[in-house]
Amino acid sequence: MDPRVRQLYKSLLWMGRDYPYSRRQGIKYFRTKLHRAFMSQSHLQHELDIIRALHRGEYVIKELEALYFLSRYRAVKRSYYD
Amino acid sequence: MSSKLKILVPVKRVIDYAIKPRINKTQTGVQKTGVKFSINPFCDIAVEEAVRIREANKGAVESIHAVSIGPTKAQDVLRTSLAKGVDSSTLIDVGDAEVEPLVVAKLLRKIVERQQSNLIILGKQAIDDDSNQTGQMLAGLLGWPQATNASKVVVQGDVVTVTREVDGGAETISAQLPLIITTDLRLNEPRYATLPNMMKAKKKPLEKLTAADLEVEIQNRLEILKVEEPAARSAGVKVANVDELIAKLQAAKAL
Repeated sequence: MDPRVRQLYKSLLWMGRDYPYSRRQGIKYFRTKLHRAFMSQSHLQHELDIIRALHRGEYVIKELEALYFLSRYRAVKRSYYD
Repeated sequence: MSSKLKILVPVKRVIDYAIKPRINKTQTGVQKTGVKFSINPFCDIAVEEAVRIREANKGAVESIHAVSIGPTKAQDVLRTSLAKGVDSSTLIDVGDAEVEPLVVAKLLRKIVERQQSNLIILGKQAIDDDSNQTGQMLAGLLGWPQATNASKVVVQGDVVTVTREVDGGAETISAQLPLIITTDLRLNEPRYATLPNMMKAKKKPLEKLTAADLEVEIQNRLEILKVEEPAARSAGVKVANVDELIAKLQAAKAL
């Protein structure tokens, strides 16, 4: 396995631990989806395609960070400021 | 000539914000077994602010130290803080005991003396007991100025300018070091502790102490008599027509 791909998978799986439980049972749901997403790209052979897929992974990491920040910010705001 | 900043960030391990707390059978508190714990959101903002002060003022910050008071598992929140850019940390292991803000402030005072800190950044309150007292009590014990509910912090040498969130506006104050700042929600956007950083954080120092090591006696002054759920809201009714609506409103003395 390409070490970059493994690193990306590990990073995403780590982030999955914080996936909101209210949205389809958190990590359990997240892990199956993550695995499926990686398997669907396992046929990629060309370096350029792999780099493109890795970039997409990086993008998902950023999206998840934003999701976690916003959901926590909004929850705290709702309970203390509204 | 300005002295170097030594920042202390106390953090608390609390039940995760996303979990709805359940009251235990004896009505003395909330269930703590089998629920997810994480760092208190306001403490997370405090950690982020300390790291940002270092990033904004190159060379001005000598060290950032995190401290947590709680059970052994509070290590997790310290590791998370270390991953976000804190240099070193101390865990004061008090077991499963609930510690009141005054005792926390006394313990923190000892840590401040040990670490020679001159800037303390705390979360304004924890989302479990909502006391909002620790920062203020610590300021009282140390005799330091305090800037509570900060929404902006600017450090210029020895002088720190803090914008505070007050009712219906903002208040800007400035003070000389040493200073205590407590953070409000809008101060910054905390970063995420990534896996590589968590791995690196394992090599950073984590010192373990007990309250006895610091010669502070854990003595609670309050007794919890009863913990109850808020009363459930009673269900509404549908009205068929305007006459019935007016009758209902008149019965409720709303008209």
